[in-house]
Amino acid sequence: MQRISIDPITRLEGHGKIEIFLDDKGNVANTYFQIPELRGFERFCVGRPVEEMPLLTNRICGVCPEAHHMAAAKAADAVYKVDPPPTAKKLRELLYSAFYVTDHTTHFYALGGPDFVMGPDAPPAERNILGVIHKVGLDIGGKVIQARKYGHAVIEMIGGRKVHPCTSIPGGLTKGINEEQRQEIEKMGRWAVDFALFSLDLFNQIVLGNKTYVDLVLGDVYMDRTYYIGMVDDQHHVNFYDGAISVVAPDGTEIGTYRPHEYTDWIAEHVEPWTYLKFPYLKKIGWKGFVDGRDSGVYCATPLSRLNASRGMATPRAQEEYDRFYDTLIAEEGERYTTTGMTKVVHHRLATHWARLVELLYAAERWVELATDPEITSDNFHSVPKEKPTEGVGIVEAPRGTLTHHYWTDERGILTKVNLIVGTTNNYAPISMSIKKAASKLIHEGTVVTEGLLNMVEMAFRSYDPCFGCATHSLPGQMPLEVKVYSADGEIVEVLKQFC
Amino acid sequence: MTEPFEPVIIGFTCNWCSYRAADMAGTARIKYPPNVRLIRLMCSGRLDPMFVLKALSSGADGVLITGCHPGECHYLVQNYKALRRYLLLRRVLGEMGIEPQRIRLVWASAAEGVRLAEEITRMVEEVRALGPLNWPGRTNGHLEALEQAAQQAEGEPV
Amino acid sequence: MSVNGKPKFAMYWAAACGGCEIAVLNIHEKILDVDAAFEVVFWPVAVDTKYKDVEAMPDGAITLTLFDGGIRNHENAEMAHLLRRKSQIMVAFGSCACEGCIPGLANLSTIESVYETVYQSVSTVNPTQVRPHTTWQVPEGELHIPEMYPALRALDQVVPVDYYMPGCPPESHQIEAVISLVIQALAGQATLPPKGSLIGVGTSTVCDECPRTRNVKTIAKFERIQHLERIDPELCLLEQGIPCNGPATVSGCNARCPQAGAQCIGCYGPGPGVIDYGARLISAFASVLEGEEPEQIERGLDSLPDPVGQVYRFSLAKSLLKATRAVPEIPEEEPHAAHQH
Repeated sequence: MQRISIDPITRLEGHGKIEIFLDDKGNVANTYFQIPELRGFERFCVGRPVEEMPLLTNRICGVCPEAHHMAAAKAADAVYKVDPPPTAKKLRELLYSAFYVTDHTTHFYALGGPDFVMGPDAPPAERNILGVIHKVGLDIGGKVIQARKYGHAVIEMIGGRKVHPCTSIPGGLTKGINEEQRQEIEKMGRWAVDFALFSLDLFNQIVLGNKTYVDLVLGDVYMDRTYYIGMVDDQHHVNFYDGAISVVAPDGTEIGTYRPHEYTDWIAEHVEPWTYLKFPYLKKIGWKGFVDGRDSGVYCATPLSRLNASRGMATPRAQEEYDRFYDTLIAEEGERYTTTGMTKVVHHRLATHWARLVELLYAAERWVELATDPEITSDNFHSVPKEKPTEGVGIVEAPRGTLTHHYWTDERGILTKVNLIVGTTNNYAPISMSIKKAASKLIHEGTVVTEGLLNMVEMAFRSYDPCFGCATHSLPGQMPLEVKVYSADGEIVEVLKQFC
Repeated sequence: MTEPFEPVIIGFTCNWCSYRAADMAGTARIKYPPNVRLIRLMCSGRLDPMFVLKALSSGADGVLITGCHPGECHYLVQNYKALRRYLLLRRVLGEMGIEPQRIRLVWASAAEGVRLAEEITRMVEEVRALGPLNWPGRTNGHLEALEQAAQQAEGEPV
Repeated sequence: MSVNGKPKFAMYWAAACGGCEIAVLNIHEKILDVDAAFEVVFWPVAVDTKYKDVEAMPDGAITLTLFDGGIRNHENAEMAHLLRRKSQIMVAFGSCACEGCIPGLANLSTIESVYETVYQSVSTVNPTQVRPHTTWQVPEGELHIPEMYPALRALDQVVPVDYYMPGCPPESHQIEAVISLVIQALAGQATLPPKGSLIGVGTSTVCDECPRTRNVKTIAKFERIQHLERIDPELCLLEQGIPCNGPATVSGCNARCPQAGAQCIGCYGPGPGVIDYGARLISAFASVLEGEEPEQIERGLDSLPDPVGQVYRFSLAKSLLKATRAVPEIPEEEPHAAHQH
């Protein structure tokens, strides 16, 4: 059997590789997306004090340490059954909103955006942030750097450091902010709202204004009909920091919501021997393999999922964008209202890029909302835990998926057991399926494997923003890919490389 | 017939009390096992925990630390520092799989040669019963394996 | 990207979290100086080069390589050797490469117990005890994943290293300073420190950079930070009983964590010449803790919840003992390439 190896994949936490097997006719027989790495946090966090977990779990991912920091803080709160004062929760969510702005900005401009701004068939050397800048203006690079700079300034002010924040403890925070800091945060937040609107406008012009791209987004190369999950508040609006997890079926039916301590009733994980990463799936449906549809437990947890699993956004301009998103895409799909009132589900994976920008806008608006909250500068930022520590679950939405931290401790608050289900992990099965779908649709008998082909296979997983964002800078932000095509007896027939 | 295991124990002794005690045991011809290799420090307070770690990671099966009785330190209060370092170090070592009996702190005055010899004898037997620690054989060998593997890998395409 | 004879730059992540990459990018506009001074030839997060392209370069072709992440598996070790051959200056960048960092705490367990924990977790359905295999036959062919080593290692336990830039991650102002120095040195306007130096650090400990008030320290016991009614914003954290690693940790970070009310956890590692960071911290804590009677001291020590994690949180892989006793030697390896095709 012929075999195409794509190794390494980049723009992923650690490393990953894809193996594509072709049958005798040259059609895709199967693909395997392998994760070659494991560090063992769930093992070595045992024996550590629970108040260190927001610090230790930061190091799971240095691009989204804020997500782990918050999930750990909430799990530690739950372990002690302590409710942080409102100021602490608001400060944590404010930091988190600013973080979302940096993270989604990074992905859109350096990773996802170039495919659309430049086009999937554009020369590889131009299909990166530099190409974007040349096409739409030098202004953009400066704006993107500014967005990251502002976001990280807020993270440092509230979290103590730009990377690996340190101020969350069980019961709240080690510090608050003063009025001077608050004003600065508000000012940066307002700029971020404008930046988000600008980014959406860019998407409108460049993607939605271009029929080729619209066809690509709405075509069936990048589509699977899976379940979706995402955190929602009491109004069933998207919330990144706190709430319940809403689960919807491929047809948009609400299956239910679960609170953090109920996650094991809903989520289970499947193991394969050819990869170190596990495959989460919906327990009530069951693991049926790498297939989609209502009978398969495969689910997504991405910006697209969060929009699908919710009934709207909690801030006004993001809500307008949410409506426009579904009106535009659902009209094409033809799926409308269901009996439970959940109106819309979009399955097109490339639409995740748009969903990400809707979230960017919400994050910026929420940033301003919290920065102007009257309680935000209060010095009541910590409640001393009074209960004995036992067990707790903390869940937040990481930019690339629902993040679950589950801790068990002894009576001194030392960890005895840890279970983590990390953002991108939720999406391991759907990413694998997207890769197979794209490869199968793009590679057939007689296909000449070109550079554009390589990029279009990449686009299958890139929309998920797999754990890693490349922060903006002036260097080309391309995916290195090498495709080797082997004949049946192991000779290399063709080698294609994509590099600048 | 296999030879009995002879533990290697490094003994950090303070110059003023316990080294003199060991000396006294020697001149009085009091027998004590030769397993302890003595290293003289000016004071037990000079004991950097790193010395203990270096001894163990280099092949010692045990470490003995001796100093002046509390209140009798030639430098006044430094033996208390030794005591606190020793107690904290033993906890850390315990979590790394090293039995607490392998590290001992003994106070001995210059006149207590007999007692010191007894303590040393007791410790040697306790460590003998525990068996060899063999730390470098366990962790440094892999570096050679790594280097070998690296040399083999260097000849190959990545 | 211009290729007009500029010195070549590479940055690579092994068993890493990506925080070092973000820290580099957090020099914001200054990244343009990097672009102006160097040709970035290999940086998987940003630049489109592959292992084959690095292999094809002549040895020593890369002027400066920043290598972050620890050596956890065979692929990490291979990349360390490859980049060492191709680089003139190789910097162990960040705590993972310098001393193993937090993933080094895995050295307190065996790989088998890591697998048991991960693949039989409470949410995992795995009745047949499936485990990852480095080679696995599927209907279509053979699949490979790199072998995990029994212990995590720092970079210089695998290849010789020219400079060490510690920190988890290194603070961006230090990264700026080091990059400026290298650019100047390449232009003949400055000299680099002697090989083997710690770079991007200060000349003392974190305490020296910390603005908190310090008195004579004696504490009866350690406190758990969440149980303090109030963290005094002015007073030294260690004097309040919070186990702060400042006294044993090299300066350079501006003591950001203590300034934010959180204890230093020691991410910058030891100062120059210190062989075992944990030993240093043990001495520091022993000096601060009250007590002359063993019982009193033991009670005080009981209040420190996790001695081994406290003293070796970042530095276990580079400590003198390196790993817990149960971790075996790394077995002899079958020669194989990590990237099977």
